[in-house]
Amino acid sequence: MRNTTPLLEATDLRLRLHTHAGTVDAVRGVNLSLRRGETLGLVGESGCGKSLTAMTLMGLHPEGATVSGSLRFHGEEMIGQSEARWCALRGDRIGMVFQEPMSALNPVHTVGHQVAEPLRLHRGLTAAAARKEAVALLDRVGIADAARRFDAWPHQFSGGQRQRITIAMALACSPDLLIADEPTTALDVTIAGQILQLIRDLVRERDMGLILISHDLGVIAQNVSHMMVMYGGMVVESGPTREVFSRRAHPYTQGLFGSRPQLGPQAHTGSGARARLAAIPGNVPELRNMPAGCPFADRCVVSLPACQGEMPPLIQLGQDHCARCVLLESAG
Amino acid sequence: MRRALRHPSFVIGGVLTLLLLGAAALSLVWTPWSPYEMNLPGKLQPPSASHWLGTDPFGRDVASLLLVGARNSILVGVIAVGIGLGIGGALGLLAAARRGWVEELIMRLADFTFAFPAILSAIMMTAVFGAGIVNSIIAIGIFNIPTFARVTRASANAIGSRDFILAARACGKGPWRITIEHVLPNIASVLIVQATIQFAIAILAEAALSYLGLGTQPPQPSWGRMLSEAQTLLFQSPMLAVYPGVAIALAVLGLNLLGDGLRDLLDPRLTRKR
Repeated sequence: MRNTTPLLEATDLRLRLHTHAGTVDAVRGVNLSLRRGETLGLVGESGCGKSLTAMTLMGLHPEGATVSGSLRFHGEEMIGQSEARWCALRGDRIGMVFQEPMSALNPVHTVGHQVAEPLRLHRGLTAAAARKEAVALLDRVGIADAARRFDAWPHQFSGGQRQRITIAMALACSPDLLIADEPTTALDVTIAGQILQLIRDLVRERDMGLILISHDLGVIAQNVSHMMVMYGGMVVESGPTREVFSRRAHPYTQGLFGSRPQLGPQAHTGSGARARLAAIPGNVPELRNMPAGCPFADRCVVSLPACQGEMPPLIQLGQDHCARCVLLESAG
Repeated sequence: MRRALRHPSFVIGGVLTLLLLGAAALSLVWTPWSPYEMNLPGKLQPPSASHWLGTDPFGRDVASLLLVGARNSILVGVIAVGIGLGIGGALGLLAAARRGWVEELIMRLADFTFAFPAILSAIMMTAVFGAGIVNSIIAIGIFNIPTFARVTRASANAIGSRDFILAARACGKGPWRITIEHVLPNIASVLIVQATIQFAIAILAEAALSYLGLGTQPPQPSWGRMLSEAQTLLFQSPMLAVYPGVAIALAVLGLNLLGDGLRDLLDPRLTRKR
């Protein structure tokens, strides 16, 4: 049996930003729980707060922002922890992969140096030992001729290779948790597939927890067992990927699925003319003037007067599956 | 390296700067005549085989004075830029790393220093603490501090918002480590370029202060003092003003061209194509 303490547990996690235009609640009460070996996807459109949620989980939220709620890593409360404690965890127990491999590597250091750095920092390895380990890592993430390319510069690698290098960097100290923030968005499709395959293999092989952030439902479907759909800084639907995909309880989830481009017969109407790609009307509400009620109410096709007034309750739909919509109250 | 040798302003600037350094180095071991030796009967001689650039109103050899003057200019430049780069750079990095009120305080102090015309403040300082080479170097150095602080902070902030800084933080590096290992190497090129420009400005400032009689004191040779001494004889021997004037112009031009060339060559967008 697995250890019963979750690897990462967030309860009512909130992030409040203080900007010139006033305070903004960017993350509004996220709950999640992740054990070793489990995979969780965060999906939503731009500006829904998924990246800020990830940053908050890393303690890398913008300076001056207020975090509240509870965030436990291996049972240890991390909200209010010193920066030194966070530094000890980051890169050692938690690794992170970013969206832009082209800019995530420092151009003035060799790639080997950058992969070896966390090992020297957290493990206190000597330069030679760290080098040996880093070469093995680079080899594992699929950099050909790793021993020789250890001393190469970031600009000598392609985007896909650089993303492999940043993965090696994030995994250098074999963390318990890997957070991947849109790791394949900047890559072309074939390379993206290879990178996701690599992340999947590494997560399985090292029994890590994975939080994968993406706006691509296909990526979510293939890579994670649980998913959370985010909108306006809140989780509107969460549950096992298979259940969310089959039930699509929240109107926003339905809209998200409806706006996927599709090939094949269902993409054509009976007349033979190609159907227009469905889109959710309107834009994400600005975080500054978030409505009091359901954040999606203004764009929702089945919106009721009740949606405007107050926050809809979280409705339990299955064992792990829940969604935040008044329409489900009667159905639930 | 081959690209550097094809870059015209880098090559010309480099040659001129090497000439300046060479003259200064040479003066340490050899000068045609002693720059301190006066020979009143032989004053104001025209250029000749024994006195290549003639002699000044005290009969001193102009070529020797110029060589030793180069040493003086370099001494001023190196120390004044060192003070500016060391203190200003550290303050700029501190401001960029700490942000908040630390940054505000440092930058407002820099603005405050900037509000005074540098030469006026240098005159004030030498008036208070006495004229002389040491005080003028300190005065010039102090006025390099805000320049370097601003340049360092601005470029460090620009680097600080790049993804690899976030990636370094995600690897668990603390703010000081990131400043030293990630920010500093990325802004070094900017600082080197700024240093060559400030070096040229320091040489000019020292010449100006010496010309006013506040910098280098006799008998120590200085290009600025040679200029001020030549002023009274401008109609009898105009060349006496031309030699130090040309020396100052070439040194400043050389350093500026070198700075320009270095800026092009060290630009990370270009080095990628190495």
